[in-house]
Amino acid sequence: MPPLPIPEHPPVAWYLILSAILFGLGVAGFLFRRNIITVFMSIELMLNAVNLSFIAFSYQLKQVSGHIFTFFVMVVAAAEAAVGLAIILTIYKNKSTLEVDEINSLNN
Amino acid sequence: MIDTALFYVFALMTLGGGILCITRRNAVHAAIWLIASLMGVAGLFLLQRAEFLFAVQIVLYIGGIMVLFLFVIMLINLDTAAAERQYSGQWKLALGAVVLAGGEIAWVMARGLPGLGAAAAVQDGGEGGSDGNVERLADLLFSEYLLPFEIVSILLLAAIVGSVFLARRRTS
Repeated sequence: MPPLPIPEHPPVAWYLILSAILFGLGVAGFLFRRNIITVFMSIELMLNAVNLSFIAFSYQLKQVSGHIFTFFVMVVAAAEAAVGLAIILTIYKNKSTLEVDEINSLNN
Repeated sequence: MIDTALFYVFALMTLGGGILCITRRNAVHAAIWLIASLMGVAGLFLLQRAEFLFAVQIVLYIGGIMVLFLFVIMLINLDTAAAERQYSGQWKLALGAVVLAGGEIAWVMARGLPGLGAAAAVQDGGEGGSDGNVERLADLLFSEYLLPFEIVSILLLAAIVGSVFLARRRTS
């Protein structure tokens, strides 16, 4: 079997596969971890994976609309991080724990 | 050739940082590996001629959001958090969800997206040069996407007010 030729520019499929793997990592971290801050960081990983595929398609189709959507995703992620971290701080002040299983006051 | 080599470097950074981020016990280490992963993504943005988003990724994500994360981690007692059980016991359910999501993405990729190649061929003749991305982005942002831009600014204002309200000291 001859060695695969190395492409001049990485094709769009490579970026999409990388983005899919990164999204899978984010899902795994979100579901496996119990520390609320790590769960929150997994969400950021997933958002970045989505941004990466937006940019990949934008580059492939030579349109900048994907850049604008990525920009909006980033701004919303910033707002989400600010509010989410404030909620985490409040929860820690009231319950002094960071485990997602322990925070079940909405359960019943 | 150089593009492909750089792709491998940035992809390794992104995936390695992501894996270490979700497996580290210490939250500070996890945040630092997440920064490495975000820098890898920023490099991939630059590789795809998204200069503006490369700068925004570094300034907003790494300089803003991740520093906020580190502040909160430092405010919270780390030793108690690291001593707690790290993984939830829901292995089967979580693994099933990950396999489902991965399979879904793989199916869409294998099937292909109709019209992707055709659209690329149509657009290829039009815009031409790959430089001047930032100008085109600004033109589009302040004409066609002006309303979403203003709505996002209201969202940011709501987030500021909300987080100040949540994090203030109760003095009653």
